[in-house]
Amino acid sequence: METKKIVIIAVGGQGNLLSSRLLGEAALSKKMPFVISEIHGMAQRGGIVESAVLLGDVSSPIVSAGESDVFLGFEPLETLRGLGKCTRKTVVITNTTPLPPFTVAVGQGSYPPVDEILDQLRARIDRVIAFDGTALAAEAGNPLSLNMVMLGALIGSETIPLGGEDVKNAISTSTKKAFLDSNLKAFDLGVAAVR
Amino acid sequence: MHKLLTDAPGKEMLLLGNEAIARGALEAGLSFSACYPGTPSSEIPQQFFDISKETDLYFEYSTNEKVAMEVGGTAAVCGLRTMVTVKLVGLNVAADPLMTLAYVGVKGGLVIVNADDPSMFSSQNEQDNRYYARLAGIPLLEPTNAQEMKDFTVSAFDLSEELELPILLRTTTRLNHVTGGVVLGELKPGKSKVVFQKNPSQYVTMPANARNMHKVLLEKFDRAQKIAEKSPLNQIIGDGRWGIVTNGVSFNYVKDALSDLGIAHKVSILKLGFSWPLPEELCLKFMGQVDKILVVEELEPLNERELQALAQRKGINKRIEGKGVGALSRLLEYNPGMVRQAVAEHFGVDCPMPELPDLSGLPDLPGRPPNLCAGCPHRASFYAVKEVYGEDTIYPNDIGCYTLGIAPPFNMADFVICMGSSVSSACGFSQATDQKVVGFIGDSTFFHSGITGLINGVHNNQKFTLVILDNGTTAMTGYQINPGVNTDPLGVDRTRVSIEDIVRGCGVKDVHVIKPFKVNKSIEAIKATKAYDGISVIISEEMCALFGKATKQIKKARPFYINHEKCKNHQICVQKLACPAMYLDGDRVEINKDLCTGCMVCAQTCPENAIMPLKG
Repeated sequence: METKKIVIIAVGGQGNLLSSRLLGEAALSKKMPFVISEIHGMAQRGGIVESAVLLGDVSSPIVSAGESDVFLGFEPLETLRGLGKCTRKTVVITNTTPLPPFTVAVGQGSYPPVDEILDQLRARIDRVIAFDGTALAAEAGNPLSLNMVMLGALIGSETIPLGGEDVKNAISTSTKKAFLDSNLKAFDLGVAAVR
Repeated sequence: MHKLLTDAPGKEMLLLGNEAIARGALEAGLSFSACYPGTPSSEIPQQFFDISKETDLYFEYSTNEKVAMEVGGTAAVCGLRTMVTVKLVGLNVAADPLMTLAYVGVKGGLVIVNADDPSMFSSQNEQDNRYYARLAGIPLLEPTNAQEMKDFTVSAFDLSEELELPILLRTTTRLNHVTGGVVLGELKPGKSKVVFQKNPSQYVTMPANARNMHKVLLEKFDRAQKIAEKSPLNQIIGDGRWGIVTNGVSFNYVKDALSDLGIAHKVSILKLGFSWPLPEELCLKFMGQVDKILVVEELEPLNERELQALAQRKGINKRIEGKGVGALSRLLEYNPGMVRQAVAEHFGVDCPMPELPDLSGLPDLPGRPPNLCAGCPHRASFYAVKEVYGEDTIYPNDIGCYTLGIAPPFNMADFVICMGSSVSSACGFSQATDQKVVGFIGDSTFFHSGITGLINGVHNNQKFTLVILDNGTTAMTGYQINPGVNTDPLGVDRTRVSIEDIVRGCGVKDVHVIKPFKVNKSIEAIKATKAYDGISVIISEEMCALFGKATKQIKKARPFYINHEKCKNHQICVQKLACPAMYLDGDRVEINKDLCTGCMVCAQTCPENAIMPLKG
């Protein structure tokens, strides 16, 4: 089968690893071959967390420069920083709400305006899907459900061979019951934001 | 019930590589496990810690890797199937017992899981621990994916008992943190207590005994080699005339490269899963069926050199290359694109290159390095010490979250090489210079290897201050217990050892216990150490904010805000603390109330008392 290489970039605490795991559960339930990798370690202390989800007949657990089919960015600055994983044909899906790094607060650099970040992305990528995922997570009733919003957008973009029901089943069986309703709502809002 | 205890042979489960290893151990009838935690291996013992609460499995976080190897090695000598997990540099600490444990041999299977870290995602070097199998004379197994991490673990226990030798199961970060579908096998119950059979001629390594044991070890090595020749863990895949020899995660990159380049039918792969002792007959067979060979292995060119030496010995004149082909180097981890290009270059085929985006013209992007968390007590300790000791003091630091003291505004890590080095290097700095020296070490790292350095400093009349940052957990590797931790909230019953008693027992006379969130009192104590002529120890006690919250040991405090009527915008708070809960809105400091833990440290630095608790 055709392979799909998905790169997910987020800031520590945004729930990147759960989102890649849910894609894995969805693939497993469909008996679709997959492999996932993630980088933990010092990245968890407010740094960048990167994961890769590869679907189809592929064994390597990572994505080399310029080889992602879909790039999911939970934070606009980190989406721009991760551009090296993309080509013009990569579908880039990004949240637009900034989470400024502490270096900005102590005067080591400034955070570029979000509009400029999006312009830079669109100048280099044919299909950029940008929306305020943080606001949708809040609308779903839980600011921590940004990862579900972004998963929804990924499925809504119809770029990977997994459907909404596959991922929602994984959300139902693999996330905490107390957050299930807000997670599913966040996922649906993410799907709708793209369609 | 813990998910790894799922009794469903044949079921395919989504597992992290490290979880797959833990499951493999349970399918092999694991009875005993000991380790000191180290990323990227730390999720393996985390499973055992939890599972030991609901089964007869014995698990301990030992004080350090040497202790773990001795505790675990002894259990295996007694006849229990045992796993010891280490990160690459942890095996250095455990190397002393390992070398001689190989002489003594084991009765129950002993599997040492070693996690190497090419690219140094969370380590201080990228040494290649395949050397240790050679140094100790023990077999080396190298899985390539999550399923094999489980299956090879089961094989490793059987092999260990067959040869009565410890086995090194070697992984790398990419494999430890890969997630894949793993088909489960049957769980096998472990044993509980056994009876130790005395045999001094085997277990007491006096020279007269050890001379014989070395001979026995070499005989076992020969047997191991014969097993490797026939082992299903080693495979020749394909029958093309172009040869590729590979191991570990690189096998996946090779497989994908051949499919991407459309040359799978022209290639033979020798996949070395049981790579030491080298299966020489199998390698010779492989050399016979190919015209030239590319060796794809991360880090050191070990297989490359072995194969070149073997070919030379057998008079085989075929090109065997590895390092230096394309971008294959001894530095950092490999990746699929890099391996594809090297394969294409070596065999002279075209390799389509992805069209990378033009990154020129991008604005300067502010960095996002890892940082001490909001409410981290280390920040308060660094701040107070800096206020007293300033810029010119030498600050040896150690391995833990607090290595992040290297970042501005603190710049308080001047020398870090290994666990415990803060203390012994403070001894060295105090002798080699006349500068002031203040070392930083965490609670767990102090137990691990800080104590001997401290005794050394007392004995040799050296002069420095040591700050022991006691945050009540082994935070960096994921909140493991250590001898200083109150283990009750974690559901286990372990005796707590007092750091203060140890420090005084080492002969330190000037000892101060501070609460770093009480800034002025802390500064007074630190000033006293600066005036003291000798070794001072400050024990800075405050629980890790994340661990305390997760285990409900810290009550949620009121977040703080900036009262702009009082604030005169000195920005001392943000400039001196760099707390991630603070940010600049225009040119004014604000506090993110969702991140603020209410530690009150910033409030104590404000000359205008403008940082105040939120009401309501």
